[in-house]
Amino acid sequence: MAAAVQGAGIADGDATQEQIGEEDQRALAAVFKAYTVSATCWLLFGTAVGLLLAFKFGAPDFLAGKYLTFGRLRPIHTNDVFYGFASLGLVGAALYVTARSCGTRLYSMRLAWLGLWLFNLAALAGTVALDLGWNWGDLEYREWPWPIRLVFLVALLVTVWNLLATIARRASHDIYLSNWYIVGGFLWTCVICLVAILPWYQQGLGQVAISGYFMHNAVGMWFTPLALGLFYYAIPKVLNRPIYSYALGVLAFWTNLVFYPMLGGHHFLFSPLPWWLQTTAIICSVGMLVPVLGGSANFLLTMRGRYHGRIESYPLAFLFIGVLCYLLGSTQGTVEALRSLQAMWHFTSFTVGHSHLTMYGFVSFATWGGIYALLPLATGKNPGRLGVAMHFWLALVGMSIYVIALSIGGTLQGLDWLHGVPFIQSVADMAPYYLWRGVGGILMFLSHLAFAWNVWRMTAGKPGNAPSPIMEPEGAAA
Amino acid sequence: MNGTRGMWVVFGGALALYVLIVMLIAVVPAIELSRTTPGPGVQPLTPLQAQGRAVFAGNGCGYCHTQQVRPLAQDKVFGRPSAPGDFTWQTPELLGSERTGPDLTNVGKLKPSDVWQYIHLYDPRAVVPQSIMPNFRFLFRVTEQLPAGETAVPVPAQFAPKHGYVVPTPEAKALVAYLLSLKQQPIPGYAAPAESATATAATAAEAPAAEGYVYDAAKGQALFEANCAACHQASGEGVPGAFPPLKGNAAVASDDPALHLRTVLHGASGVVIGGVKYASAMPPFAGQLSDADIANIANYERSSWGNHAKPVAPAEVAALRAGGK
Repeated sequence: MAAAVQGAGIADGDATQEQIGEEDQRALAAVFKAYTVSATCWLLFGTAVGLLLAFKFGAPDFLAGKYLTFGRLRPIHTNDVFYGFASLGLVGAALYVTARSCGTRLYSMRLAWLGLWLFNLAALAGTVALDLGWNWGDLEYREWPWPIRLVFLVALLVTVWNLLATIARRASHDIYLSNWYIVGGFLWTCVICLVAILPWYQQGLGQVAISGYFMHNAVGMWFTPLALGLFYYAIPKVLNRPIYSYALGVLAFWTNLVFYPMLGGHHFLFSPLPWWLQTTAIICSVGMLVPVLGGSANFLLTMRGRYHGRIESYPLAFLFIGVLCYLLGSTQGTVEALRSLQAMWHFTSFTVGHSHLTMYGFVSFATWGGIYALLPLATGKNPGRLGVAMHFWLALVGMSIYVIALSIGGTLQGLDWLHGVPFIQSVADMAPYYLWRGVGGILMFLSHLAFAWNVWRMTAGKPGNAPSPIMEPEGAAA
Repeated sequence: MNGTRGMWVVFGGALALYVLIVMLIAVVPAIELSRTTPGPGVQPLTPLQAQGRAVFAGNGCGYCHTQQVRPLAQDKVFGRPSAPGDFTWQTPELLGSERTGPDLTNVGKLKPSDVWQYIHLYDPRAVVPQSIMPNFRFLFRVTEQLPAGETAVPVPAQFAPKHGYVVPTPEAKALVAYLLSLKQQPIPGYAAPAESATATAATAAEAPAAEGYVYDAAKGQALFEANCAACHQASGEGVPGAFPPLKGNAAVASDDPALHLRTVLHGASGVVIGGVKYASAMPPFAGQLSDADIANIANYERSSWGNHAKPVAPAEVAALRAGGK
């Protein structure tokens, strides 16, 4: 069944799949399914919390008790969508992509399951700790107490061990580009986790330097490479044609590695951090245009001439929006990092809009696109057309409302401050934009319910009527 | 890329390059910055204040309130630009990334009344009607009898529980102790903008500023809203039992402005107004506002909410400033 929906368009080890036993295929599919189901649960929980938070902007006294107070739920939302949903979704896909693109079976199913338990344990323990008010300070994205972060680190080590051992026994000669990004992401993130918890250099302003480093590296050296690795596999797979340029992918890999780690300081422009550190961050933010434009061009050129296919192929639609938001969100990040604009936008809701354009528009859409493209191949079950369409349109429209509202509102907030009006005026002026944020949030949350339904149909439920994610080869498509 | 060896070259190289970059831009600078010497007068927190800081961080206050002042015009209202030496004792750091609410670097100076802090935590809308901060009632308990040695928080009736006393928990007390400790220390030769304005007004510019003074109602209102309205409210009616009204206030309505101006300049505590004794202290504004600013504020108060008192001139402020309390 699984073999029947396989495409043959991508230059990886798929050709050798016949050598891999049915049993291994089923075991891999079970791992992929379990990660996806876990990710979906965290998505529903994390974004339900997000929706409650959005509501509190208009009704601050709503559920204001100790365990539901805004300041405790806020990091629960960010950490759960980061380390629960997006991480588990991408890791599950990464395990599948690595095994398939190496044309071999996964080195160890046991390690894959162990990783799943550890990732879930960390996210669960982190949620409980934050709700009890046990955090490591309001340090964005690393609020979990360090023992919990250690569990996450062990989960990474277990998984990267598994990935490397799988790649070592690959059937093909070359290591497919996806695996560069995926394994790179894992190795770098192990370093990030370690740097984040060691205490010796984190006194006062020293910790501010680490915060700047951490909050952008956790995004750019973890989610970005994993999502890009998924693009490099899923886009050619769905289109049934090879990636436009392998060399461009390699260039983007190395330039991303050089520029991304250094731009974290741009979260602390005009702070007392050393000026050279801030300036380095700005220069590298501009340098990021190279991998971003290179990578996006590579994906868009791979899709060239097949744009009409977006309508018929929802996996491609998700992947296309993911690529577009990668391009838009990252370019916006470069612009925001310029001192003159940062002076206006820093500390405003504009930044929250930016983080949703990137983490939602890019990373989440990439994850969904990858799941819709690959999970049916693993399980042999397609979702329903209506379910996928609802997920796509509600998520896209909801995110657009959310990002546009906060971009406009955040700009007005920054201008209010520049004009020196009393601070409370900037709070009052945000009211309509906070409301629109809630409207966008409701649509986004509804789309996640549709996603959960689709995951059910791709795993345990009755398959739906969507066509195979693999498009017809070019000749046939015309 | 040949076999296993090629794999190690790519991944080992990518890992090594990353570790090198991280050392250069994060770890080594952080080691250096961790050794930043404290600025003049910057002290470690007391145990109570440190406990309050933990309550602050644990409840995620830092997601809406920054604690860093940028060297930008729009940040002047929060104090002088933050200096590296300000943060020596601040671990975990609470610089923050968003200002849904105002910066708190100088909240101990700008809102020095513990009574105000308690009411504001119990229900922010009792003192700031437009606030969207959540209430922190879970940091208070309501008792039928006032426990010995405790002071009830004078929450306005509209926001108070039907009966009983609102008493802060130890957590609330620690949190307020921490908030009141948030004050920038002056750095010699690095004056805060407000202070330099005062210096200018008090010395060279005094005479021409006083002579050319014309009451600017818009400026008076803006200054009132920024400096006074948190307690006395935009309506001038104060908060019953907590902060006195200025509307119909004898000192504000009197044709002799001495008591009015002296209170603004030098602060007050334990005063009785209209038969009500107010426990909360009013901070002095002599160090933050120029003579012309104080004249604008006083004239706004003397001509608003039905008050019709004789206007004052900056020279009168200057005389009382020099005269002291």
